[in-house]
Amino acid sequence: MLIYNKKKSHLSENQVTPESVYLQRRQILQGLGLGLGAAALSAPASAGLFDALLGSKETKEQGAKEVIASTEPLTFSQPKAYQLDIAPTAEGVATTYNNFYEFGADKSDPARYAQQFKTKPWTITISGEVEHPQTIDVWAWLEKQQLEERIYRHRCVEAWSMVIPWLGVPLSSIIKAAKPTSKAKYVAFETLYDPKQMRGQSSRFVGGGIEYPYVEGLRLDEAMHPLALLAVGMYGKTLPPQNGAPVRLVLPWKYGFKGIKSIVNIHLTDKQPPTTWNKLASYEYGFYANVNPKVDHPRWSQATERVIAEGGLFGSGRQPTLMFNGYEDEVASLYQGMDLRKFY
Amino acid sequence: MRIKLSPKKITGLKILLHLAAILPLVWLPWAFSVGRFSADPIPELIQYFGDWALRILLLSLCVSPLAKALKSAPLIKVRRLIGLWSFAYASLHLLVWLWLDLQWGWSLIGSEIIKRGFVTLGMLSWLILLLLSLTSLQKIQRRLGRYWQRLHNWVYLAAVLIPIHYWWAVKSGWIQPLIYLLLSLSLLWWRRDKLLRPLKGLFKRQTSSTKRR
Repeated sequence: MLIYNKKKSHLSENQVTPESVYLQRRQILQGLGLGLGAAALSAPASAGLFDALLGSKETKEQGAKEVIASTEPLTFSQPKAYQLDIAPTAEGVATTYNNFYEFGADKSDPARYAQQFKTKPWTITISGEVEHPQTIDVWAWLEKQQLEERIYRHRCVEAWSMVIPWLGVPLSSIIKAAKPTSKAKYVAFETLYDPKQMRGQSSRFVGGGIEYPYVEGLRLDEAMHPLALLAVGMYGKTLPPQNGAPVRLVLPWKYGFKGIKSIVNIHLTDKQPPTTWNKLASYEYGFYANVNPKVDHPRWSQATERVIAEGGLFGSGRQPTLMFNGYEDEVASLYQGMDLRKFY
Repeated sequence: MRIKLSPKKITGLKILLHLAAILPLVWLPWAFSVGRFSADPIPELIQYFGDWALRILLLSLCVSPLAKALKSAPLIKVRRLIGLWSFAYASLHLLVWLWLDLQWGWSLIGSEIIKRGFVTLGMLSWLILLLLSLTSLQKIQRRLGRYWQRLHNWVYLAAVLIPIHYWWAVKSGWIQPLIYLLLSLSLLWWRRDKLLRPLKGLFKRQTSSTKRR
């Protein structure tokens, strides 16, 4: 079933689930686990019943509180151009199902092990081929930003997808402020390196054998594209640590791993920078990592994806993957004349 | 060491083994309810069933060395049930993949089996286990005679293919599949004489035929 048939500029109302509903949903989801009829059971009473049947309620409520405690509400605008007429993935799913190997290679590890992660104070340095290299105090900077909510499709290279209401500013704004020189052709990003806080960085076994710090890169024109978002929040609040707090990239036309989390360095260069997954397995993860249903991953097809909506065993459906994840109209021009099989 | 196992004891052992083999299934509802599975449990469930299929298969390969070591022939009687449980978990593993992951998308299923080496290996291993399970009835065993043993020697191939299938399928974290592969190879090493016999026979035949000339 193909849901996306409009351009992104088309608006529909009621995009964003109200927070009270997110919270309720999360409780139910955590209560249910199995996801058996998660949608049908919307009354907290039913969740309670399931809790009684299936196990302890306290652990779940504590878990939910922890996630809530680490985020703060944000104010933002909702530009019409960036709304999607697809219901967002349940917040409890998007915040408990994460690839963030710094906290462990299992998808539930980040939510479990990142709750003590210190995001204050936080600075980002911008260096390299720029006229004004600078160090930004993220939280002070954030107060001056006009945050936008953008509902983006999120496509993981593992052939699953979500729909997430991100909050942030265009990546271009922070790069423009540093004034790139004419030599700047690429932008390199780096995640915080702090093995004391990030258990995956202190143990190769926990961290999936990846070399840290995690690095990513974009061509400058990709980084300046209006869709490229420097995200500081999701679902109306600041990012939870497991989703890359306090600042991460969101590049909706690329596979999720390009969206580097917990950024501390932005470095402009004239050479294509190394990227973490490309270094680990270049035949599986290219530099560009554009979503492309015609170029398979060596171990699975990219032609379709499992959309994780409510989570649970029956909370996902399969749908065709769209070229550039459905953002073809906007980004195809960036790659004109390139062989996307070669530059995958 | 030699232990004596009366038919009664074997029956008791069988019941215990059945109960033990059900445990991973009983664990699931509890595990879901306390959040041991993530928000997208499907890949994890696939791996969970796959893990148990492989573990139980390796256990089934322990039976005959153990029976020899303990000089207790009746122990062999528990092998079939262990093997069948391995097949049951392998089938659940396959079912979750077909149903919940690929959602019965037959063209995708077909192309994945052909295109992805690790899926091909997995399917091949499951077919071997299927064939062995179908021929595990005593009636069929008797009817097949010596061919039955030959057919069931294919389990050794499955025991090697499955850890390779596992290794090939993971994105990172090759240590677990490696451990399984080493366990499997060591169980086959135990049987090296039996496994190499056909090769020896082949070698002898060749040399004798050269002599004749």
